[in-house]
Amino acid sequence: MLGRILSGDFPRAWPLMVVLLIILLTLALAPFLFSGAQPLNVAAKICVFILLVASYDLLLGYTGIVSFAHTMFFGIGGYGAAIALARIGPDWGSVAIGTLAAMIVAGVLALVIGLFSLRVRAIFFAMITLAVATAFAVLASQLSGITGGEDGLSYRVPEILRPSFRLSEGTVLGTAINGRVITYYIVFFAALAGFLVLLRIVNSPFGRVLQAIRENDFRAEALGYPVVVYRSIASVASAVMAALAGVLLALWLRYTGPDTTLSFAIMIDVLLMVVIGGMGTMYGAVIGASLMILAENYLQALMKGLGEAASGVPFASALLSADRWLLWLGILFILSVYFFPAGIVGKLRALTGKR
Amino acid sequence: MNAAAPVLETRGLTIRFGGHVAVNDVSCAFLPGSLTAIVGPNGAGKTTYFNLISGQLPATAGQVLVKGEDVTRLPASARTRRGLGRAFQLTNLFPNLTVFENVRLAVQARAGAGLNLLTLWTDRLDLVHAAETILDRVRLNDKRNAIAGALPHGDQRKLEVALLIALEPDVFMFDEPTAGMSVDEVPTVLEIIAELKRDASKTILLVEHKMDVVRSLAERIIVLHNGALVADGPPAEVMASAIVREAYLGQELDDA
Repeated sequence: MLGRILSGDFPRAWPLMVVLLIILLTLALAPFLFSGAQPLNVAAKICVFILLVASYDLLLGYTGIVSFAHTMFFGIGGYGAAIALARIGPDWGSVAIGTLAAMIVAGVLALVIGLFSLRVRAIFFAMITLAVATAFAVLASQLSGITGGEDGLSYRVPEILRPSFRLSEGTVLGTAINGRVITYYIVFFAALAGFLVLLRIVNSPFGRVLQAIRENDFRAEALGYPVVVYRSIASVASAVMAALAGVLLALWLRYTGPDTTLSFAIMIDVLLMVVIGGMGTMYGAVIGASLMILAENYLQALMKGLGEAASGVPFASALLSADRWLLWLGILFILSVYFFPAGIVGKLRALTGKR
Repeated sequence: MNAAAPVLETRGLTIRFGGHVAVNDVSCAFLPGSLTAIVGPNGAGKTTYFNLISGQLPATAGQVLVKGEDVTRLPASARTRRGLGRAFQLTNLFPNLTVFENVRLAVQARAGAGLNLLTLWTDRLDLVHAAETILDRVRLNDKRNAIAGALPHGDQRKLEVALLIALEPDVFMFDEPTAGMSVDEVPTVLEIIAELKRDASKTILLVEHKMDVVRSLAERIIVLHNGALVADGPPAEVMASAIVREAYLGQELDDA
C-alpha cells in the first residue's frame, strides 16, 4: 500500500527517512504546532515550493533539460487564479476556472516551446527559455489592465478561506479552525498530491525513458523513443505542476505580483533548491525547499542574535551582522555543492551504502 | 509484397561532408533471411553507410526503403519502430543505469510501452521477464545489477548486442560486434549471430574486419571503397576477384 503510494521509490537511507518524516509531520501539523502568522506563512511557502521544485526536478534532474522558464509557468498559475478571483469574483467557480485555464495555458505554452526548440542543443534551449520567460515577465508588467502591472493584483478569496471565517466556535488543540487553517490544508494536501503524482511519473515506464534520455539521448532515439516527443511531454507535465503550485501560492497570499512568482530571483532559488537537495531524486525537492526557505526566513534572525553575542569582537560582529545573511547563504550553497555534489539526498544515500 | 521482395533497400544513397563524399551512390537490396557482410578498408564508409540506413545521419541524396516504404526523411526512432535495429561500433549504452535497466529499456521500446506516465514500471512484469531472458542469452545475468559504464569492455559489447536483440528488429545491423573483445568472448557473440541467422525471417547486415568470421557466416559480401560499392557477390567469388583482393582487402585475406 505505502509502496504504491510512493511508487516503489522509498527514501532508501534511514537518516533521509527520518528527516523526511520530520518535515512531513511538521508541515501536516503546522497550524497546531506554532502560533502566529509567520510560522504558518513559512510552512505554506515550503509546501508550495516543494511542489514547484519537484516539478523542476522532473525537467532538470530526470530529463536533463535546463530551462529558465519555470517561474513563468509558476506565474501563469498565480496570475490565472488571481485574475479569475479579481475579475470574476471571490467564489469557487473562479478558483476552478483560474486553475484550469492556468494549467491549460501553461501546458500548451510548454508544448509549443518544447516542439519548436527541444531539438536544439541544451545550451540554446536554455537561452530560448530565458528569452521567453523574460518576454513574459515584461508582458505581465506592461499589461497592467489585466495583471495590475508592477503593483500586482490583490483580491478576495472564497468566503471559507478568509481569516474571518470560523469553522466552529471552539478550538482544536488550542487552535481556532479559521479560513487560514483551511487554506493551509488545501495548500498542504494539493502539494502532497502533486508531489506523489510526480513521484509516480518518474517511476513510470515514461519516467524511465526520461532517465535514459538524460543518460544518452542518441541511444534512446536509436532504440525507437522519439526524444523530442518525450522531452516535450516531460516539460508539459512539469509546467502544469508548476502552474498548480502558482495557484496554491495565489490562494495563500491573496496577492499575486511579479515579485511573488515571475522574478528571476525565484528561478535562481528553485535551481539552488534542486541542486542542494539532490537532482533526480524527487525527495531532494523536499529537503532543498525546506532548508532554503527556512534559511531565507530565519537566517537573518539567527545572525542578528549571533551578531549581538559577538558585539565585543570587532571583525566577527561585522561578519555576523544580520545584513550579511545573503553572504552566508552563498557560502552555505558553495559548501554544499562542493561537499555534496549529488545533493543532500545523494550524500545521505551514499553514507548508508545504498543507492 | 511477395517473399522475395527486399526488406531493406538503398537507392543511390549518398552523403557529402563538404567536398568529401563519404558514401557515394550506393544502391543495394537486402532480402529477408540473408546475412550480408560489408567489408572494406578503414574509412571506406561502412559505418557511415549504416548511419545513413538507420537514420543517425541525413542523406545528401538517394533513398532508404524499408519493406518498400521510403524512410529517408524519417528520424532514427521512427526507422527503429519500422524494424531496423542497430548495434554500434563504439559502445553506446546508458552508462549510469544498470545492465538490467539498459536491456529493459530496449524491451520496453519494442513493446511501445514508453508513453505510460501513471503506472509503475515494475507492473510490466512481462517486460522485466523478457529482459531477464535476453540477459541469460548473452550470459550477463550474473551482472544484471552492475552499472553499465563500469563493465569490462567485452561485457559492454555483449550488452550492446543484447539491446539489439531486445528490439526484435527485422533487420539486425551489427557494426564490428567483436571489435576489441578478448578471444574467449568472441564465440558468445558469434553464436548469437549464427542463431539469429538460422531464423529465416531475420535479415542481418554485418560490418566485420575478421575475414574468417565473414567467410563462416556470410552468404554475400559487399565491398565498399572510398564510399562506393565496388563488389557484390558470394564470398568465394568476391574474395577471388583479383581487383578486390589486391586493392581493397590487402593483407587481411592472407591473414585469415
